[in-house]
Order: sequence, then structure tokens, then C-alpha cells
Amino acid sequence: MDAFFVILTGSLVAVTCGILGIFLMLRRMVMIGDAISHSVLPGIVIAFLISGSRDGLAMLIAAVITGLLTTFIIQFIHEKGKLQADASIGVTFTWLFAIGIILISVFADYVDLDQECVLYGEIAYVPIDLWILPSGIIMGPRSVYMLGTVLLIVVITILFFFKEFYMVTFDQDFAVSTGLSVTLWHYILMALISLTTVASFESVGAILVVAFLVAPPASAYLLSDDFKTIIILTVFIGIIVAISGYFLAVYINSSISGSMTVMAGIIFAIAWLLAFRRRNFQKSLKIIKF
Amino acid sequence: MIAERLAEFLSFSDPILLSVTLGVVLLSSTSAIVGTFTFLRKQALVGDAVAHSVLPGICLAFIIGESKNPIYLIIGAFITGWLSINLIHKITKTTRLKEDTAIALVLSVFFGVGIVLLTYIQHSGIPGHSGLDHILFGQAAAITRSDVHVFGMVSILLITSVLLFYKELKTTAFDSDFARSAGMKVSFADLMLTTLTVLAVVTGIQAVGVVLVAAMLITPPAAARYWTHDLPLMIILSAIFGAVSGFMGTLASYVLPNMPTGPWIIVTITGIAFFSFIFAPGKGVLFRLYHQFKVRRRMLTENVLKDMYMAGEKRGNHNNAFTLPEIAAHRRMHKEKLQSGLNKLYLDRFLKKDENGWHFTISGLNKARRLVKIHRLWETYLTRYVGIAPDHVHDDAEAIEHYITPELEKKLTDELDRPEKDPHESEIPYD
Repeated sequence: MDAFFVILTGSLVAVTCGILGIFLMLRRMVMIGDAISHSVLPGIVIAFLISGSRDGLAMLIAAVITGLLTTFIIQFIHEKGKLQADASIGVTFTWLFAIGIILISVFADYVDLDQECVLYGEIAYVPIDLWILPSGIIMGPRSVYMLGTVLLIVVITILFFFKEFYMVTFDQDFAVSTGLSVTLWHYILMALISLTTVASFESVGAILVVAFLVAPPASAYLLSDDFKTIIILTVFIGIIVAISGYFLAVYINSSISGSMTVMAGIIFAIAWLLAFRRRNFQKSLKIIKF
Repeated sequence: MIAERLAEFLSFSDPILLSVTLGVVLLSSTSAIVGTFTFLRKQALVGDAVAHSVLPGICLAFIIGESKNPIYLIIGAFITGWLSINLIHKITKTTRLKEDTAIALVLSVFFGVGIVLLTYIQHSGIPGHSGLDHILFGQAAAITRSDVHVFGMVSILLITSVLLFYKELKTTAFDSDFARSAGMKVSFADLMLTTLTVLAVVTGIQAVGVVLVAAMLITPPAAARYWTHDLPLMIILSAIFGAVSGFMGTLASYVLPNMPTGPWIIVTITGIAFFSFIFAPGKGVLFRLYHQFKVRRRMLTENVLKDMYMAGEKRGNHNNAFTLPEIAAHRRMHKEKLQSGLNKLYLDRFLKKDENGWHFTISGLNKARRLVKIHRLWETYLTRYVGIAPDHVHDDAEAIEHYITPELEKKLTDELDRPEKDPHESEIPYD
């Protein structure tokens, strides 16, 4: 049963991150996702200080606020300060992360958090950390509910506004000409990423969030040209990574989120090789044609 | 209590404290120097990827060497860090994935491998593994004297390499295509920069940890950039910024209870960067906003002068007073805007004011005449030499007339042979 919950948690993170990651990748903003996954730290600490616990709404709200703040600062330095994009990202997220660590050190006696946890989480504790109703009924692992809710929010938002996300991703100029606000959808995407990061940071940590944001979409993108196929492949690869990563971790007796990341890397390597073959195959087709 | 600790720190009587401070200051300024080139090459985030990628190297070095000897660890870190940069380039070259995707991918997978190895080490019980995880978050306070010696050597090595290969680094940092066409060995300079970056990251990690080390490379040059265009000056400035923040970080962690050094270094250096970003003369936000405001106001006043001049042409004299509706007849403009333009012209003594309305002063009339002349000359030039239809040249002239210098004005007049009329048959006023 424990194994099931760990794999379920991993898969939930994988699917949520994968779907968002496709849009990030196509908009060339993966590193902003990476930045947000680190920079929500001060938000988490402050929410913890205010609400006194790790779960619940306060955490999610704080996450969205810090995530959007990160995006805003990056944008502001880049546009108003004319600082190149990569440097704006680097300056901003390291700054916020540093503030987060300082806050943890200052309030060490009140905040039950540490930076290791933010970086690589501890998915093995998921089955122990149960949601128990006041009446005493055990509802199952807390993370599963939290991540399940976030997945629902993400999937519903994207399905409902699929057209908008699609246009903003593939043809910004056209989107603008039809009156869509690219900035608004940019911020909505970033808000969703912040939600996902915070919901998953305890169980899997920032690094696995980044791995799931980038590796399954990148692998899928190498294997297919069709947008819908890419989405389905991403979800599929994400779940495979979660399952195989878990068993790898059990086999070598090591960190679960680390092992999942390793599996994500291995699957990407396979996709890379397949892409080589695919490209050569298409090339040879062309040669035959002419 | 805090004041006591502060006095104690500033007296530098404690030799251990002194060596730690020296070590951190040295590390910070060295990574700032190398970072300047990484920054200019727009490879800032590659530094972040390297930082995460050295973890597996360090762990492997520990497993193989079974010791925490900094030289072993640096070699291990160097190998995987170097591998990660090459892998990023390989991915972007051979697939359609963009650089950001490649960076994030390499960064997370290498770090994942590192975490797996780290947990393996912790579970396996190899002696002396405790403290290895300091690499993740940096532990400046744990820097020993022998560490300082090693870092000192690496820093000297880095700075000497920068000095020796300055020309190559400089050219590729600004324009690698140009460097290639000039017959320079770009691949060599690239290799050099990669090597320097990895070394800088590996040493910087000791002080601030994996996540924050990217800032040691990026933020000082980002701050320095706001103060100067000159590369040597920029390098010196970022080294100073790096050193100052290294010092402040050590100070904060010594004076305040339970304070880590790394985050304070980063907060200081980012503070310097934000300050530069807002207040630096020339490139800072405030200065640029002011400059923008001045340009806009100049355009406004010049347009008002021109409109008045043309209103005067219409009625046949420029000496009588102009009423507001008369001035406003020529273009659509907000009343407040027009009013503020008139007020500014009044302050600058280009206009006078009485109960009938606004008058030109002599200098005002001259300036207005010159503007109208330039506008019409430019229209003539465009129709005659560029072949644009007369009804399309107005907007262009409207934009350029604010920027024509007296030299250009003279050249334009000579080139066009001092024409009498513009394409719209309006007379061109000469002095």
C-alpha cells in the first residue's frame, strides 16, 4: 500500500508538471519554471509563520503570490532595466531563495522546515503523513489530496482555456491581434506552476518538480510533432518515470525523488536516440523521393 | 551583544576568523571576475546548471577517493560540471530543443544523480561522509586553513588565466561570430571559458552552496554593467562588488546568531545590483525615466513652436498674439499638454504672454522658423531622393525634425540647393 501511495504521488506530480512543462518548453520559459520552483521558498516560510502549519490554503495562496512576484520582478528587470533575460532570472530567484533561507534561520524555532526538504523533499514520508478527520476517520495521505486538487485545477484551467493557451504558445502575434493578453496568460501559467511547486515541494522537492517540468515534455517533443500526441506522451512518460523511479530507489536503497529524476534522464536519453533514428529515417525517405 | 561581536569581528584578532573571511572574499571576487565573461556570453544560467551538476562528481570522487580532500572533490566536480556544459551544447545542437530546456534538463538530471549518490553514501556508512551535504548549502564557517590555501591557489590560477587569455575571452564574449571570422580560435576561447566557469563554480559552492552559487557569477557583473561599458572597469567593479558582499556575508554570519553566510552574501550582492539598477547614472531606471521625460517634453515644446509658426503663416504675420484655439488648430493635443508645453516655453523665454494670448520672443521665432525649415527640407529630401510620395512624408519628417543637428541641416540645404518650396508648395523659411 505504501508503494502505491508513493507512486501515486509521484505520478500526480509528473502529470501536473508535465502538462505545464509543455507550454513552458514551447514558450522557451523552462528556466522561469525552475526559478519559481526555488523562489517560492520565502512565501512558504511566511505562510508557515502566519498559519502555523504546512498544509492548507495559506500555503497555496502564499505560493501563488511569491510565484507571481518572481515572474513580475524578472519581467521588470528585463524590460525596464534592460538586463538580459537569463541574468534577470538568475538574479531574481537566487535572491528570493537566499531570503527564504535567512527567514528559516531567523525563525528556526518556529518553522519546521529545512532547505534540504525544499530541494529534494521526502516522498517516502507521504504514506505516513495522513489526513485524519476530526471524527477520527483516516482519509489517506495528505499529499495525495493536495496534489490531486492541484492537478484538477491545472487540467480544468487548461482544458477550459485551451484555445487561449494554444494561441499564446504558438502564435503570439496572432493572439495579440485577436485581442488576447499575452501577459495575462503568461501570469496565469506562472500561477499554476507556483501552485504545483508548493503542493509538491514537501513530497518531491524543487529538483523533481524541475525534472518533471522538463524531461517528459522534452522527450515527447523529440518523438512527435503533433501537439495532442505530445500531451498524451508526456503524461504517459511521466507515469512511467514515477513507477520505474520508485522501483529503482527500492532496488538500490536510495532517494526516491533522486531515482525518479535519474529515470527521467534515462528516458530522455532513449528518446534522444530514437529521435536520431527518426531524423535519419526521414532524411532517407527524402533521399528516396528525389 | 551584537555590538560586541561586531567589534570583535572588525578587530580581526581571531586568526581563524581572519582566514575564513579572506577565503570567502577571495572566492566571491574570483567568481565575480569569471562571471563577467559568462554574463557577457549570455551563459548566466549555464553557471546554474554547472552548480547542480558538480554534485554527482563530488560524490563519486568521495566514493572512489574515500576522503574529503578538497583536491579530489574539485577534480570530481570539475569532470561532471564540464560534462554538463558539453551535454547542454550537444542537446541544443542535435535536437530541436532550445537552450533553456537543455539547461533545465541537464541541471535536474545531474542533480538527481547526485542526490542518489549522496543517499547511497549516507546509507553505506563510508566513514567521514558527514559534512558532505554542506556542499548543497555551503558552509563558509567550516572553511579551514588548508581549504583557504587550496581556494587561494585556484583563485590565483583563475585570475592568471583571465589575464593571459584576456583578448580571446573578450572577443568571444562580445561577438563570437566576429571572432570566428577574424580567424580566432573560438573553440579554444570557449573551452577556456567553460573551464574557468566550472572552476569558479566549484570553488564558489564551498561558500554559498549549489543553489546560490549561480548568483556569485551572475549578479556582480549584472550590477557592474549599470555603471560602465568598459570591460576592464566592469571586471574590476564586479570583483569589488563580489568582495564587498563576501565580506558582509561573513560579518553577518559572525555577528548575528545562527546565521548562514551564503544567503547574506547573495542578499548583499543583490542589494548592490538593485541599487545600481535603480540609481546608476546613465543606465539606471530613474535616470532613463528622466531622460525619456526630457525627450518627450522637448518634442512637445518643439511641436507647439512649430504649430504656432504655421498658424502665423496662415494669417500672414508672426508678431501678433496667438490664441489657444489658433495654436491648437494644427494637431490634436490634450489641453493640459498644450498648456504645459506653453508654460515650459514661457519659462525658457521662447514665448511671452499678455492678455491677448501668446507671443513669440525673438529667439522663439528663430527656433520655430528653424524647425519648420527642417521639417520642410526633410520632406523635400524624401520626395526627391528617396522617391516617397509627397502625401506620405509628413510623419517621417515629424519624427526626424527633433534630431537634426545644425551640421546635418547645412548639408541638407546644400544637397537640395536651397529649395524655395517643399513638396506641398509651402514656402521654406530661411533666416
